[in-house]
Amino acid sequence: MALLERHVDFVEALRRAGLPVSLAEDLDAVRALTALDLTDREAVRTAYAATVVKRPAHRQAFDTLFDLWFPAVRGGPRLGEDPEAEPDGEGGPEADAGHVVTDDGQALADFRDRLAGELEKGAQADLAALAQEAVGRFGPVRGRTPGQQTWSSYNVMSRVQPDTLIEQLLDALSRRFDDDREGVVRERALEGARRRFTALVEAEVRRLTAEERGEEHVAKHAVRPPVEQIDFLRARRVDLDAMRREIYPLARRLAARLARDHHSARRGQLDFRRTVRASVGTGGVPIVTHHRPRRPHKPELVVLCDISGSVAPFAQFTLALVFALREQFTKVRAFTFIDAVTEVSDVFRPGADLGETMTELAASARHAALWGRTSYGRALTQFVEKYPDAITPRTSLLILGDARSNYGDLGLPHLRTMVGAAKHAWLINPESKAMWDTGDSAVSAFAEVLPVVECRNLAQLSEFVHDLA
Amino acid sequence: MSAVPAVPAFSSPDDVATRLEAVGYLTDAATATTVYLAAVLGKPLLLEGPAGVGKTELAKAVATATQSELVRLQCYEGLDEARALYEWNYKKQLLRIQAGAGDGSGDWDAVHDDIFTEEFLLTRPLLTAIRREEPTVLLVDEVDKTDVEVEGLLLEVLSDFQVTIPEMGTITAVRRPFVVLTSNATRELSEAIKRRCLYLHLDYPDAERERAIITSRVPGIAATLADQLVRMVATLRDLELKKSPSIAESVDWAETLIALGVDDLDDDAVRRTLGVVLKHASDHARVTRELKLDRV
Repeated sequence: MALLERHVDFVEALRRAGLPVSLAEDLDAVRALTALDLTDREAVRTAYAATVVKRPAHRQAFDTLFDLWFPAVRGGPRLGEDPEAEPDGEGGPEADAGHVVTDDGQALADFRDRLAGELEKGAQADLAALAQEAVGRFGPVRGRTPGQQTWSSYNVMSRVQPDTLIEQLLDALSRRFDDDREGVVRERALEGARRRFTALVEAEVRRLTAEERGEEHVAKHAVRPPVEQIDFLRARRVDLDAMRREIYPLARRLAARLARDHHSARRGQLDFRRTVRASVGTGGVPIVTHHRPRRPHKPELVVLCDISGSVAPFAQFTLALVFALREQFTKVRAFTFIDAVTEVSDVFRPGADLGETMTELAASARHAALWGRTSYGRALTQFVEKYPDAITPRTSLLILGDARSNYGDLGLPHLRTMVGAAKHAWLINPESKAMWDTGDSAVSAFAEVLPVVECRNLAQLSEFVHDLA
Repeated sequence: MSAVPAVPAFSSPDDVATRLEAVGYLTDAATATTVYLAAVLGKPLLLEGPAGVGKTELAKAVATATQSELVRLQCYEGLDEARALYEWNYKKQLLRIQAGAGDGSGDWDAVHDDIFTEEFLLTRPLLTAIRREEPTVLLVDEVDKTDVEVEGLLLEVLSDFQVTIPEMGTITAVRRPFVVLTSNATRELSEAIKRRCLYLHLDYPDAERERAIITSRVPGIAATLADQLVRMVATLRDLELKKSPSIAESVDWAETLIALGVDDLDDDAVRRTLGVVLKHASDHARVTRELKLDRV
């Protein structure tokens, strides 16, 4: 019953990674497996995907775990065509890896040639075998005793340097194609191939580590949370890119939800005329009543964002989301500050490209800094002086920031004036609650003036924006 | 659970692929396997993915390939039981009562029994699909557009394949329909409904399949042009546009190029026809800049 145990283990791992696999789905998966040819690995993957993964956001975690629990190959590192280096299946990889010289200048040059040849094919490139070989040859961390061997994708990347390979290929391309557009198309394809190679190398490193230390160990570290759950303040570059791609779908979902909520909220006044007209069809009996639509409630929004260093991505995402939903508000004005305030409402043109907007926003940061250190005191003072008419009794005021003012003045009297003038006001903090009031964070001082909301990731942010509109 | 299993099922995933291909729908391995599983396990199939990747087409293709009738329930905001399941024909019932009242013959019991019969029942897609004795594919299109209450209704129908009409009793499926639900993911469907379905995320196809689809849909296209087009579309999808072009747009584009008599997708041709694939001004501007189309 090895397969059954494998299955139970796998489902457990999925649950630990945050996929809500119910017992019914678990059973479905088993039923699906019995209906399929088990020697076809992709069919097994599909069966699991169809029965236990019900959200696209979970797909990546699922694939990572599936590769760990149902690897395509077993055994130690693969060294490509080298027949004597091929592990014999039973013996540990460390036994023979030591004897064969797998990594020298010649091997590296040779390998890079082959990789370049394959990368050049772009989308059709078959990189799996090469990635395995790369890890086998260049991945081992030196000086580990047998049985403790570890592999590192960093090692592989710094030895193989696919980036410079890509550059060479691009150089060759630009000579071959004087047509700009064809060049761009090829460049994109090369980029894609490189990303795939990196992902495959990482997968192979995970597989080898799992062989050595067990799947559970790897699963604990390898699975990234879905993009909505990643903290803004801890996001890596790739995460930020993924989040940016998520903004529009998120805004669309939010808008759909808002439209539905507004719709299903209390019906408006009885439309007498339409009701009577409709009743004619049923012999004068008003079976269906008709109602006037209700006027949607649309707040005015003023957003004041701290865009210094680490909180900048958070401010950008929030602004992007708010402006993507601008139809839900009568008017949106956005201001950024570090220690000086600038208005950035104009940066967000309807239908503008998000990437560009983000770049422009980053450029505006230069105007927002006189000294380059966050100062709520100075920013709020300036805001009250420069834009006294921005806040009206219909305004919802959002202040985005981590409430860290470098131990300086917090400008609370001014803030109190602003909050008093607005209809609602919130301070939205991207830091986790555990970090509040540590160091120079002055959350509790702010909390006396206005409610402070924790907004660490896209999920919390969209919840907040939904409740706002 | 006594009902006959769904459509006379496929014999293997490969069988699904060949039979769907025969009716002009090119699948990939994952799609074929999932359709096969849905047929074998007798479970509804939930298809999610961007617009224009062929979700509805898949349901239609399954119907054609298995010689089943397609019963379609198009979901929209405000869809209710009366439109999805069944409705009593009030007007006709009213007529019947009034006609009976005229000659004085209709005593109330007779009339009452009479107006709640088959004759006065308007069946809507869900009930129609359940009552059919021939093979049926039930397509519930764009489930994400409905309200949560309709989801509850679907739950009952999809798990037991039976409907209870208070005046007539419970109607159980004679033959289980093959159910396909599609969603554009404008909202998260409830856990309950997802749990009862097999899930398939249909995404943009890989280059090879896209080329195959284009050549099969637009037979007149030259191989080199199809090649250029597929690579171009892949690049566009990579650009983080507001609306990435999907298969439907690629096919449209191919047709446009054929109609214009273009046989080489050069800068000028792209510039002239970009409107076919891109539906936002900002996407247009972005692509023009990224692909350096503005340089003449």
